[in-house]
Amino acid sequence: MLKAKDKIFTNLFGDQSYSLREARSRGDWDQTSNFIKKGSDWIIDEVKKSELRGRGGAGFPTGLKWSFMPKDANKNNYLVVNADESEPGTCKDRDMIRNEPHKLLEGCLLAGFAMNSHDCYIYIRGEYFNESIVLQKAIDEAYEAGLIGKNACNSGWDFNIYLHRGAGAYICGEETALLESLEGKKGQPRLKPPFPANKGLYGSPTTVNNVETIAVVPTILRRGGSWFSSLGKTKNTGTKVFCISGHVNTPCNIEEEMGIPLKELIEKHAGGVRGGWNNLKAIIPGGSSVPMIPKSVCDNISMDFDSLSSVKSGLGTAAVIVMDQSTDLVKAIARISRFYKHESCGQCTPCREGTGWMWRMMEKIAAGEASPGEIDRLLDVTKQVEGHTICALGDAAAWPIQGLFRHFRDEIEEQLIKKIRAA
Amino acid sequence: MTETFLFNAESLDKVKFALSKYPEDRKQSAVMALLDIAQRQNGGWLSKSAIEHVASHLEMPYIKVYEIVTFYSMYYTTPVGKYFVQVCTTTPCWLKGSDEVVKACKETISEKQNELSNDGLFSWMEVECLGACVNAPLVQINDDFYEDLNYENTKNVLQSFIDGNPSPIGSQTGRKGSRAEEYVKS
Repeated sequence: MLKAKDKIFTNLFGDQSYSLREARSRGDWDQTSNFIKKGSDWIIDEVKKSELRGRGGAGFPTGLKWSFMPKDANKNNYLVVNADESEPGTCKDRDMIRNEPHKLLEGCLLAGFAMNSHDCYIYIRGEYFNESIVLQKAIDEAYEAGLIGKNACNSGWDFNIYLHRGAGAYICGEETALLESLEGKKGQPRLKPPFPANKGLYGSPTTVNNVETIAVVPTILRRGGSWFSSLGKTKNTGTKVFCISGHVNTPCNIEEEMGIPLKELIEKHAGGVRGGWNNLKAIIPGGSSVPMIPKSVCDNISMDFDSLSSVKSGLGTAAVIVMDQSTDLVKAIARISRFYKHESCGQCTPCREGTGWMWRMMEKIAAGEASPGEIDRLLDVTKQVEGHTICALGDAAAWPIQGLFRHFRDEIEEQLIKKIRAA
Repeated sequence: MTETFLFNAESLDKVKFALSKYPEDRKQSAVMALLDIAQRQNGGWLSKSAIEHVASHLEMPYIKVYEIVTFYSMYYTTPVGKYFVQVCTTTPCWLKGSDEVVKACKETISEKQNELSNDGLFSWMEVECLGACVNAPLVQINDDFYEDLNYENTKNVLQSFIDGNPSPIGSQTGRKGSRAEEYVKS
């Protein structure tokens, strides 16, 4: 269990104000200009040492990602922060933005400087209106105090932060769709290559990072990369904010050590599964797009990237959606299929047509109107969507269905056969 | 007859701030902000005239702006209630009883989505994940989230708007943000 002294987000629940004065009393904006004076190589090295992996879902090593940015001082590099938090189950960035905005802003300056960038855009989902007001106030405070703007923190580095509000499109969480949206277009993902580090916002080198990834950077620099990497497990280091929703007694967000056993996470922080651990049916461990795992896997699994991928699921955004024995799992996944159908941007045919098709099939199975053979056809379609689209939304629509039938096919078939016999 | 839409002075200040965020030759980046400003001035929805005004302000073809309006779910091309209730029904909310929240909206507002209530005060619609899943189920009323709902307290929240004294935003069970409530094992 994470010790209190190792918590990064000490104001996650907003017990204190988000204001600059109180943020400073919690240790934010301390030694910032010293870190800049040590140079960008030093910052990137510390982040590499920390073994921080991106917190937006993919888990790519952050220091390595930063090192892809061209060093050419004449280029206009951009840092873009992805605050378009929309993966069902996930609501961690919201708490960081409304209660710890200065951790994010300080992280923007440090990451921006490390990547030779003078301009940063934070793209926040449109529904987080009140959060955007808090964040804008924090940006204003930071400008007034000279922490950002010209000669930020007296470091000699000029740095601007701009807030851009989205308008309700899950797909804009995909980094190239987000860049399209920032340019004032429909949020439709771009073909890669070129990757954003070569051609991103306005054709300039750009790195897009999740809120949590950027917000932990100042603490990593203050306490050292080796402190962060001493927490968690090998290659799965540090702390992580988990969102525990669904059938638990006390749903919550909580910062814990990476690699905490799933059962411990739920029992210590979320009051346990409704009706007790044995009443558990299945858990979606990393947001709606990762495949579910049944209770037998939940019993012993650790919450980190590599452990969860070894059981054909994923840590994703660390949004833990708990479903007890009362849950109609087919309905639960059918609702996720409807989500992806709604959010498909329509650009690639397999996704545009496939998400609707998969949703209708899931509804048919949920209503008990399908024959067991149709499950094979559905799974075949998930395979035709997966990997055949520009972005990962097609995969994200296919995986929950594959996960459902991987673990519960027998049970679902049995119910369908019963229904056919009764008719 | 439709009225011609023009930004008022207050909106023009906001437009100026929005444009200041982007390079001068990249005005199009402000299109989402300008549509939002226009929608707020226009009572929560975008008339054709409002979209045209945004287009001419940014020197964009009307169709390009209209494309944006229809791509993103938070722009509305038909009038909405003074209190616009958006009910999240995605899986984390559904698991926690969003069906009951929908039922409360149907009873208090209108049987069908996107229809004005008889008193003209409300309209409601189902939306996808609002991003406050550990406080599920929830609704968004205009800009504010009302969280930790059930049938009973959804009715109370809606009634509070009818009474002209809206409930405090956030959790309706009195808990602080996303922190776990005290759990006493029975």
